[in-house]
Amino acid sequence: MPIQYYIFFCLTLFSIGVIGVLTRRNAIIVFMCIELMLNAVNLLLVAFSKMHHATALKLSAVSTAGIDAQIFVFFIMVVAAAEVSVGLAIIVMMFRNTHSIDINFLNRLKN
Amino acid sequence: MKLIIGLIVLWPLIGFLFNGLGRNIWSKKVIAYKATGYIVMSFVFSILAFLNVQSNGAVTVHYFDFINTTSFKIPFDLKVDALSSLFLLVITGVGSLIHLYSTAYMKEEEAPHYARYFAYLNLFIFSMLLLVLGDNFVIMFIGWEGVGLCSYLLIGYWFTNSTYNYAAKKAFIMNRIGDLGFLLAIFWLIVKLGTLSYGSVLTAQSVAKLSTTDITGITLLLFVGAMGKSAQIPLYTWLPDAMAGPTPVSALIHAATMVTAGIYMITRANILFSASAFTQHVVAIVGISTALLAATIAIKQNDIKKVLAYSTVSQLGYMFLGLGVGAYSGAVFHVITHAFFKALLFLGAGSVIHAMHHEQDIRKMGGLKSRLPITHITFLIGCIAIAGVPPFSGFFSKDEILAAAFAKSPIYWVLGVMGAAMTAFYMFRLYATTFLGQFRGTQEQAHHLHESPIAMTLPLILLAVASAIAGAIGIPSLMGGHHWLSHQLAPIVGEAHESVLSHSTEWVLMGASVSIAVIALLIAVNRYKRQTDGEPQTAFGKFLYNKWYVDELYQNAIVDPLNKFAGFLKNVIEKNVIDGAVNGTGKLVQYSARKIRFIQSGQVGNYILFMVLSLVLLFIIWFNDISILKFFFKLTHKS
Repeated sequence: MPIQYYIFFCLTLFSIGVIGVLTRRNAIIVFMCIELMLNAVNLLLVAFSKMHHATALKLSAVSTAGIDAQIFVFFIMVVAAAEVSVGLAIIVMMFRNTHSIDINFLNRLKN
Repeated sequence: MKLIIGLIVLWPLIGFLFNGLGRNIWSKKVIAYKATGYIVMSFVFSILAFLNVQSNGAVTVHYFDFINTTSFKIPFDLKVDALSSLFLLVITGVGSLIHLYSTAYMKEEEAPHYARYFAYLNLFIFSMLLLVLGDNFVIMFIGWEGVGLCSYLLIGYWFTNSTYNYAAKKAFIMNRIGDLGFLLAIFWLIVKLGTLSYGSVLTAQSVAKLSTTDITGITLLLFVGAMGKSAQIPLYTWLPDAMAGPTPVSALIHAATMVTAGIYMITRANILFSASAFTQHVVAIVGISTALLAATIAIKQNDIKKVLAYSTVSQLGYMFLGLGVGAYSGAVFHVITHAFFKALLFLGAGSVIHAMHHEQDIRKMGGLKSRLPITHITFLIGCIAIAGVPPFSGFFSKDEILAAAFAKSPIYWVLGVMGAAMTAFYMFRLYATTFLGQFRGTQEQAHHLHESPIAMTLPLILLAVASAIAGAIGIPSLMGGHHWLSHQLAPIVGEAHESVLSHSTEWVLMGASVSIAVIALLIAVNRYKRQTDGEPQTAFGKFLYNKWYVDELYQNAIVDPLNKFAGFLKNVIEKNVIDGAVNGTGKLVQYSARKIRFIQSGQVGNYILFMVLSLVLLFIIWFNDISILKFFFKLTHKS
């Protein structure tokens, strides 16, 4: 498959994530949209990695060029998992305190 | 030699530190002995240095580098040659006598003030010695500033009197104007020659390196310095006011030594001045104008010290006339004789003031001849000397200057003789009003009238002897002398060219000036023997009595506009512009803060929106809007 497909797909996913974060007020949905953006980036990283690796293999059968990007993906996944656990914990605490998960209730520090 | 020269300078400094730091410790007796003793020591060492110069010639000794950079060096060198050794003798010699005199004159002061007085006086001698001994213009400038400072301190010695403080400030500021000129001349020399030592600046080679403009500029600026220190038009007005200080101070600083610093400096730099005909004309014209102006003012003054002060200004004018017409040794000769007779006159005046219980108005004196015999005789000798009656010292020095002036231009001579006649007139007006006729003071003053103690009369006697015979060092060849002084100074100022005038001309000139002076003298004695000047009647008399209104002129033309300008800066510029800028900055911050704080809404969504928009904007700027569009275009096109 040409790389353009991946790029447009990832752009779309990322934009959906951005728009979701900007428009939705439900903290969980916002959270999911952030995950969406992260995964769009992950997908793009893997796609570029495969592309560069394929080009390099044509020149040398034992080349490993390009595959290191996939390591980043694992890092991002780990960080995302950690973030989810912390984030969900925050949301739970927030619900306990305010009985709501609307992020616009979080502006209590204003004024 | 290094030690001797160093000690000449160091003795007064030790005295200054001793009295300055220990002013609350020592008794008046200790203070007086120490202060006078250090100057006498300095005098003894000066004699040694002088004798050494006589036998071995000039000496320059190096102590340390005052300023030392790779490209520029100012060594702390002291130089003793014929010129500076003569000044050394005058400064320390007259200085010792005046210290001795002061011990009695200042007797009524309390010990701490007594010590302060002598500390200042010693510091003055130290600065003055540094001024004449320095081997480059910077060391001279240090001394130059030092004497200015001491002059300020001593004029304002009685600091509780605000008039005296005002006079002190006036002297200091006037001097600063001159000092600025001197400083600029020093900078100019550094830029052009890269050195300031006399040995390399004052030579024919370095004069050849300078353009005419440079030499004229430098000499004019140096002359501005001399104007300030030596009280010439237009900066002379501080000197008469400087009489606010104690009388011995007037004698030492404002008559005998400090005011001659300008003459010393020009004589030192004579090779530069001789190279600029224009500056020489300026010096001569300023000199003769000052001599005449001050002499006319002196005729109408009634304060004994004011008369002497204007007489000093006038005599300094003569010296500058001598410098301007190239008679450098004549000017130095007049410096030396003037130091003796003017110190004598001031000290005599001090003795009179002392006897009269601080009365300075000559209209209230009179008839002091019999009551103060020693003061009377010595004062008379001083008057005869300054009037230029042979064979007293003033005659020889004044005549040498007048002869040189005649050789340059007869007009200078005519004006000079007019000045000399006025000098004779006002000096004998002073003498006759003070010492002849009837006593006009109060009964109480008459009762307490007494001759001064030995510490005061001894300096008077010694100075009177010196005033009478000092002319011997410069008897012209005309009278069978061989003019020791001009031979002494020949290595520094060049051989005097005496042969310009024929002997018969010189005799005629001499006879004319002396007879005019004697006539003026006799008129003055006759007129003021019995009467005094009342309030001036004629317009011209009032004009002279008020000192040509020069002080008022300066007040209106310079001081008041400056004050107004300062007021303008304070009320308009300071309040509106400076404060406006400062307050404006604050207001700008407050205003923009009020506007900008609305974007801090507290809505997380808003923040993220700003973040995304900014990122997009950043990308557009970063990748250059066209190229990013091209990129997308390429992507779509390929697919």
